[in-house]
Amino acid sequence: MSDLITPADEAGVVAAIQAAIAAREPLSIEGHGSKRGLLRPVQAARGLTTRGLTGITLYKPTELVLSARAGTPLPEIEAALAERGQMLAPEPPDTRGIFGVAEPATLGGLVATNLSGPRRITVGSVRDHLLGIRFVNGKGEAVRSGGRVLKNVTGLDLCKLLAGSHGTLGVLTEVTMKVLPAAEASATLAVAVPDIAAGVKALSAGLTSPFGVTGAALRIDPHGATALLRLEDFRESVTYRGSRLREDLAPFGDVSLIPDSADLWRGIRDAEPLGAAAEDAIWRLSIRPSTAPALAAALQAAFGARLLFDWGGGLVWVAGPATEAAHCAVTAAAAAVRGSFTLFRAPAPMRAAVPVMPPEAPALAAIAARVQAALDPLGLFNPGRMRSSP
Amino acid sequence: MIPLPAPKPEILARRDTIVADLHTLLPADAVIHETIRMRPYETDGLSAYRQMPLAVVLPATTEQVAAVMRYCHEQGIRVVPRGAGTSLSGGALPLEDAVVIGLMRMNRILEIDFDDRLAVVEAGVTNLGITKAVEHEGFFYAPDPSSQLACMIGGNVNMNSGGAHCLKYGVTANNLLGLKLVTPTGDIVEVGGDHLDTAGYDWLGLMTGSEGMLGIVTEVTVRILRGPEGARAMLAAFKGTEIAGQAVDAIIGSGIIPVALEFMDKPCIHACEAFANAGYPLDAEAMLIIEVEGSVAEQDALLAKIKDICARFDPISLKVATSAEESIAIWKGRKGAFGAVGRISPDYLCMDGTIPTGELPFVLKRIGEMSVQYGLQVANVFHAGDGNLHPLIMFDANDPASFHKAEAFGGDILKLCVEVGGCLTGEHGVGVEKRDLMHVQFHPHELDQQRAIKTAFDPAWLLNPHKVFPLTEHA
Ligand SMILES: Cc1cc2nc3c(=O)[nH]c(=O)nc-3n(C[C@H](O)[C@H](O)[C@H](O)COP(=O)(O)OP(=O)(O)OC[C@H]3O[C@@H](n4cnc5c(N)ncnc54)[C@H](O)[C@@H]3O)c2cc1C
Ligand SMILES: Cc1cc2nc3c(=O)[nH]c(=O)nc-3n(C[C@H](O)[C@H](O)[C@H](O)COP(=O)(O)OP(=O)(O)OC[C@H]3O[C@@H](n4cnc5c(N)ncnc54)[C@H](O)[C@@H]3O)c2cc1C
Repeated sequence: MSDLITPADEAGVVAAIQAAIAAREPLSIEGHGSKRGLLRPVQAARGLTTRGLTGITLYKPTELVLSARAGTPLPEIEAALAERGQMLAPEPPDTRGIFGVAEPATLGGLVATNLSGPRRITVGSVRDHLLGIRFVNGKGEAVRSGGRVLKNVTGLDLCKLLAGSHGTLGVLTEVTMKVLPAAEASATLAVAVPDIAAGVKALSAGLTSPFGVTGAALRIDPHGATALLRLEDFRESVTYRGSRLREDLAPFGDVSLIPDSADLWRGIRDAEPLGAAAEDAIWRLSIRPSTAPALAAALQAAFGARLLFDWGGGLVWVAGPATEAAHCAVTAAAAAVRGSFTLFRAPAPMRAAVPVMPPEAPALAAIAARVQAALDPLGLFNPGRMRSSP
Repeated sequence: MIPLPAPKPEILARRDTIVADLHTLLPADAVIHETIRMRPYETDGLSAYRQMPLAVVLPATTEQVAAVMRYCHEQGIRVVPRGAGTSLSGGALPLEDAVVIGLMRMNRILEIDFDDRLAVVEAGVTNLGITKAVEHEGFFYAPDPSSQLACMIGGNVNMNSGGAHCLKYGVTANNLLGLKLVTPTGDIVEVGGDHLDTAGYDWLGLMTGSEGMLGIVTEVTVRILRGPEGARAMLAAFKGTEIAGQAVDAIIGSGIIPVALEFMDKPCIHACEAFANAGYPLDAEAMLIIEVEGSVAEQDALLAKIKDICARFDPISLKVATSAEESIAIWKGRKGAFGAVGRISPDYLCMDGTIPTGELPFVLKRIGEMSVQYGLQVANVFHAGDGNLHPLIMFDANDPASFHKAEAFGGDILKLCVEVGGCLTGEHGVGVEKRDLMHVQFHPHELDQQRAIKTAFDPAWLLNPHKVFPLTEHA
């Protein structure tokens, strides 16, 4: 992409889009471009970045709400929250390691990709914490949806629609999130399990206990696997629940307590234990947890897949050769368990050649095309990012 | 009174044919067309509005719903979906030329999986019915609207309903995994699934809270949660609404998110106390009910922390329940609030705006002033943790002037909510009730953007066309 437009405010975004409308010229949309390697490469002569739209515009800790312009770097937001003992509860992954980029994600990019980390299993995803947005549609109009209050059902919820739309429906200019207090203490129980099936059962036991597990991951080790279950709350609660949960988990294998596990979970959040080689492709699958063992067996048989499980077994990170054969094995395995997948990282030619997410049923695809046209009638935003043009 | 769109004369003229056609698509007992038998469907929880439909159908399967939808699409007949009809915004209000599709016969629980923490249920299963089906294993379905005995999951999905415990557990949208639905053109599609995050556009999120305008939901996959070890409530009463609001801020600011945090003003305290004898302090201007969860020791620790915080705000009384029974007693008045107000006044309107919690004292003061201006009593209950305000405006339905005043008063309250940074509706939906106030919150092009999405799903505007958006040439 040769030419990057960098508006300083929403009016600048509107002007850039109006120019694109006049020229009938598609735009690639990005924040810092930290996830440019995600999904399909975009064919557009010009790029539009929101990196010039920065700054927290509202932060009311006691109202659990924070608004910031879309280009605000996540670390800046996380630092402001940490100062008041709060956090973005869905624990968004930092994908810089995966994509080998230096610049951090922006808030707008986070919402546009709706990527959540380990705590998603308990508190919900980024979109669950999204309260309001401002965006510019493909007609060059600035549109608001949602607001700055925690409960709001006024009108159709365009926040949900824009979240995870990868910049194909509108350019986010400002985002309002629900924020939550960070826990006073945390601890992790590690259970040595013989295999993936036992590991998923251990995670399920934790998640069906009354102890409020806020992280449930499964790391594959050379000779077995480790189920990791996190507790977060006030210190006495973590101590008490840790000892109770430990009893519940004992039948699944040796249990050890990791008192300070922040780095461990940061690693899981960012898929480090996956151990993907630099040339590997990476997929991210969402499945029903109890189907994880069958899916894992299929992928290991197909191409010796490296695996990491989160969300009680419901999120699967997969690494393997960047080949269409491996991709076909992943899509077939996901389809066999009625799960969803995204091709998370792969060389651009591969991403351009294969479907990077499951196809939609024809009736839904027809609606999708009309919804897209309702927001971006000329198809200016990130053409081909999610699906190849029909 | 809010106007309904004019019926299509050609549809009314063909009523007998339409009823006969519906009989060919459905079992005989699933088509209702006699006036007397349609009576229960002419209104919902907003009972000041009534409208007989063209006919009512009660399909028992997704395929039957699809057959009716295809037929109505081909014939240009409007359709109004209906769950239990408890909507407080007139969401299920029929139209004279519309077929009502009632989902109450789709009331089977299809699957429960504790290990994967999900249940698949048909749209007509009641909210409480889900919890009842899983509670023997210590599980529950989290969103708990006060209407949970009657309201159905399909209605909950379409209203994105909340409850007293959504501060911790979220509203309907945060507790869903997937839907099976019938599109306005009669196609059966599935969105979401039995897992957490489906790649692609978030149809599940968009459908949730779409007020029956985008499709007919026939099956819902919900998350079910293991309940806590226990829960206990406390009551804190204060000399002023402002200081009670400060106590709420201080609790949240301390890093505690109670599972429920309810606020009642003086008129509401009095109404509930007279009704329930819950032991509420009658000299208080404001009262909080605060509930926490965990083991008994954890409850003790949290309640002690909250009690210390409340003690800093010069409370009139602080009462911590020492047993489950005492908790129930504390909740008793709040849970009966609507019935209690119903006893004072023959009729009331239940409003549902949301405000930034910091604006509470100002908003309550303004509501008090308006109450004097309009000469109508009002009692306020409030989900204080999340800013969702429920003013109950009392009026006399036998006196049309009183009803019109109540509607105008309600409208003014909602405008105030928007003015202070909030919104028209936190959980009851826009329906017909708040339809004509939408311009207060949205610019015309923003409403057009939402309408364009409705059009993408329902090109002919046949599905619940008279709700949510101010009427245009469409209707
Ligand atoms: C006493 C009382 C207390 C209440 N308390 C609360 C509360 O605490 N929190 C809260 O959020 N609400 C509350 N409500 C409002 C109401 O109960 C909710 O909005 C509820 O979700 C409606 O469910 P229902 O099955 O009655 O739906 P209905 O009223 O029948 O319909 C609601 C809307 O959904 C549409 N719809 C229904 N089913 C379907 C379907 N299967 N597919 C497509 N569209 C459909 C209808 O067209 C309508 O627009 C209360 C109501 C009452 C009467
Ligand atoms: C469509 C609809 C659905 C509803 N669904 C539910 C539901 O599922 N769950 C639920 O808890 N509530 C529901 N309600 C509210 C319910 O009717 C009661 O108003 C409320 O629940 C109090 O019930 P109770 O059992 O505590 O008291 P009740 O035993 O019903 O009433 C106690 C006393 O209060 C009086 N009273 C109650 N309500 C009124 C009133 N409106 N006007 C005058 N006097 C009144 C009674 O006459 C009685 O003396 C619904 C209301 C409507 C309109």
